[in-house]
Parts: sequence; C-alpha cells; structure tokens
Amino acid sequence: MRERILTVLEKNARIKIDDLAGVLGEDLDKVKEEVNNMENEKVICGYHTIINWDKCGMEKADAFIEVKVTPQKGTGFDQMAERIYQYPEVSSIFLISGSCDFIVFIEGKSMREVAMFVSEKLSPLDGVLSTTTQFILKKYKQDGFMVEGPERDKRTEIS
Amino acid sequence: MRNPLNSYIEAVPPSGIRKFFDMVAEMDDPDVLSLGVGEPDFDTPWHIRGVGINTLTEGKTFYTSNAGLMELRKEISKYMAKRYDVEYDPASEVLITVGGSEGIDACIRAMLDPGDEMIIPEPCFVSYKPCAVFAGAKPVVIDLKAENEFRLTPEELEAAITPKTKLVLLTYPNNPTGAVMRKEDLEKIAKVIIDHDLFVLSDEIYSELNYASDGPSTSIASLPGMRERTVVINGFSKAFAMTGWRMGWAAGPSAVIKQMMKIHQFAIMCPPTMSQYASIEALRNGLDDVTYMKNEYNGRRKFLLKRFAEMGIPCFNAQGAFYLFPCIKKFGMSSDEFAEKLLAEQKLAVVPGSAFGRSGEGFLRISYAYSLKSLEKSMDRIEKFIANHS
Repeated sequence: MRERILTVLEKNARIKIDDLAGVLGEDLDKVKEEVNNMENEKVICGYHTIINWDKCGMEKADAFIEVKVTPQKGTGFDQMAERIYQYPEVSSIFLISGSCDFIVFIEGKSMREVAMFVSEKLSPLDGVLSTTTQFILKKYKQDGFMVEGPERDKRTEIS
Repeated sequence: MRNPLNSYIEAVPPSGIRKFFDMVAEMDDPDVLSLGVGEPDFDTPWHIRGVGINTLTEGKTFYTSNAGLMELRKEISKYMAKRYDVEYDPASEVLITVGGSEGIDACIRAMLDPGDEMIIPEPCFVSYKPCAVFAGAKPVVIDLKAENEFRLTPEELEAAITPKTKLVLLTYPNNPTGAVMRKEDLEKIAKVIIDHDLFVLSDEIYSELNYASDGPSTSIASLPGMRERTVVINGFSKAFAMTGWRMGWAAGPSAVIKQMMKIHQFAIMCPPTMSQYASIEALRNGLDDVTYMKNEYNGRRKFLLKRFAEMGIPCFNAQGAFYLFPCIKKFGMSSDEFAEKLLAEQKLAVVPGSAFGRSGEGFLRISYAYSLKSLEKSMDRIEKFIANHS
C-alpha cells in the first residue's frame, strides 16, 4: 500500500485524506496510519509547494553552487554537508559524482544576497576548497511540474 | 429544384452529444467544469510524439500501401497474439484504418446488404446505428438493463434474432456505461452466434482499459469458433492517448478484410503516414505508458464510486473504459433535465445517458478522463445539486 500512497501524494500532496483512501480503494483509518508511519519514519520528509515567485512580482535569485571540499577524517562528507545545510539559505544539498563534491541550492532575495552568502559564509568554511556559483535565469520545469504556461484542457468540451 | 439530399442520410438525426456540447459552448463560462469528454486527458507519451516529429524531419510524407505499413500490421498482429491470444496474418487479415470509426463503417458496409438486420445493444456509442442505416441495413436495438450491469445476455440476444439478422455488435468495455463482458459472459453469447450462424462486429477500442484484471478484456475472437465470425475493431486513441492521430485497425477473416479494403482504398487511400510510424513506436515501447494511465484512471474510478455511494446515488461497479453510469431516476428528472439543470445551477457538464439510446434514460455518463482535482470539485458540485433537489 505504501508505494501506491506515495505515487498519489508525490503529484498531489494536498489531496484530502479520505479522497486518498477513495482513490486507493482502502480503509480510511489504515491509510491515515500508514501516512503517519511514513512521516515518522521520514519516508515522507515534508510537503512542499512549488511556487513561481516571478508571477507574484517577488524578486528572487536562485542559484546552484558547485562546491569542492576536503572530506573530514572519520566522518567523510557527511559532516561537511551538515555544516553547509544548517544555513537556512540552503534549500537543498546533494553529494554528487563528477567534477565537484556537492551541489548546493540557494534561494536568495537577490543576486547580491546569494553572492554575499557564498563569499561570507560558504567559501570561508574550513574544508571548502572552491565554489562555482551558477544563477538560474529561467525555470521551465521543476519537480515534475511545468513552471510556465497555464494548465488548460486542450480537448473540445464534449466528445 | 430537386431535393439534393440522400434520403437515408437526411433521415438520421444529428448526434445527441452534439446538442449538449453546443449548450456548454454557448455558456462560455470559465467556471464551467466538464465531465463530458470521451478522450484521455493525458498527452500522447513523448516518445511516441518524438517518432511523429522525426517522421516529418526525415521526409516520410508519402502515401503508404492502402492496408497500411507492413511493419505496423506485423506489430498489430504480434500485439493481438500476445495480449488477446488470437492470431491474424498481417498480410491479409489486418487493415489499418483512420481511427476505429472508419473500421466500423467499412465493416458494416462490407458485410450487410440492404434489408439485413444488425443487432445493436444500447446504450452504446452513437455511430453504429447511423452507419447501419447508411448501408441500407436495419438496426435492431436491444435495450440493455441496469440489473445486468449493462451486459448483453444470451436471452436478450435470442429474443432479438430474426431470419434477417446477420451482424451483432459487441462494444465492450463500453462507452457510455463502462460495462465489461467477462470471458464467461462472452462464451454464452458466442454459442448463440454460432447456433444462428451470425457474425460479430466487436469494437474493442477500450479493451486495454479493463480494471477487472491486469491485462486487457477478453476478445470474443479468441473463443473457439469465433475468429472466423468476428471483425475486431481496435485502435490507438484510448489506450495510448492518441485520439488526434486518427489511428485504428480492423482484424478479421481475410474474406471480410478484403472487401473492407476496397471501401478503404477508394474512400480513404491510407491513414496519415506520420501517424502510422508513431503507432509502431506505441506498440513497441508504449505498453508501460498504457499501464501507467490505466492505474491513474482506476484510482479516479474508485474515488468516484466511493463518492457516489456516499451521496446515495446508485452506480454499478463499472470495470472498463473511463466512464461511470450513475442512475439518477430517484430525483424525478429525465437525464436531459438533470444534465441541463446541473449545468445551469452548478456549472457542471455531464452527458445525459439518453444520448446513447433510450435505455440510457435515467442515467448520466460521467467521464473520469479528468484530473483528480477536477473530479473532486465536480463531485462537490453534484453533492450540492442533489441536496437542493432531494
């Protein structure tokens, strides 16, 4: 049942719990319990709203920053990651393969704010060898959703 | 001046669905929600569209053979053997048509002489009866019953047979009821067909959308003695979300396909070449997409069944296509009246069951080819509507 719950929630986190039970054809209490359990076990880590800030006139500057680090003795990359993700400006961080170690996503109010974060907080951290900041100019698709273009039904009304 | 019109065609009334469509269009209100559409809400899977695009860039813009690309006919033949357990020779027993609709028309015209009777169980999609009339044949309607969950019973079929009966229409999974004929139901029908030496036009366009099992619904052509008596109509529109590509096929005994081919050859030439190539891709790599869409539909179906049950609107557990067929008789309104008031008062468009035959009176066709979000809102509107009319 878990996989089926997650498949629905992944696309429609705001579905009412009794509708979720309806879609799955399962007992409401069982579904509630399973969702609760998954929240406790961090299978479900949170419910996120994907916002196109541009549309409400809010100035935002998003960037992803490639970070090279020296892994720490004993704790490897995990301790470095923690030192970075504790900053509230960091929305996501991933350890990756390839030319750098981490990709860090930053959501700032302005490009200046992001630049200041990198130069004053991120770069000076012990163990950080280099950073490359790349600003996002335009979003097309995010977390499976199209950012631009209205959702409209392309079909004729009745057929 | 003389009457320029053909009297058979003039006598056929325009589609009942159209009338309702015009009403919705007239309202021209962005708040109107519709559960009226009979086509998938999914876009055609991207890999299939990609092949369509490549076909254009590669300049594959010429006619194909009349019967359609051999490569495609071979894929269809493989698909039917694998999914429906019935084998067809791609060279002589498969014809690629412009959607399922062309196959229906060509089959009826190829098989029926003027005066022959064709049995049409209703409620059903709106095109069969007119096609029979266009061919000069006589449609004989069976009014299917809600208590049988709109399945055709052997007794109903027996009662409709006359010495002039030649062709029996089967259209399962069904539009508009969502009914599915199980293998054991089809076996009983097959016996009557064989006993009376009849033929079957089996429109299986919704066969992949069968929620009673993991696979598609059973084809009557796969039953003993039925392959040579059946023309199967199927296509890409519903299963692969490819309505606008206009791609279907007919599979049946070569004697019939050969005659259908003549109609097709002289009236159509061949289906669009780009669509044919895209359809090859659909059959080769698109079955996972079909499963994905089927699972989505099934979730919505369960959701709607639960909501109708909670509202106390009787609705049988229809296990096919993407329609439910709730009964609204207890509200003391005709289907038309209910649908018109629902549209006017709650801005929700549904198609009255009576648009699909007189036995659809007292029912509504609810399409769940809509996002869950739309369905949730729509059900809330129906709930409000019946609260005001109970």
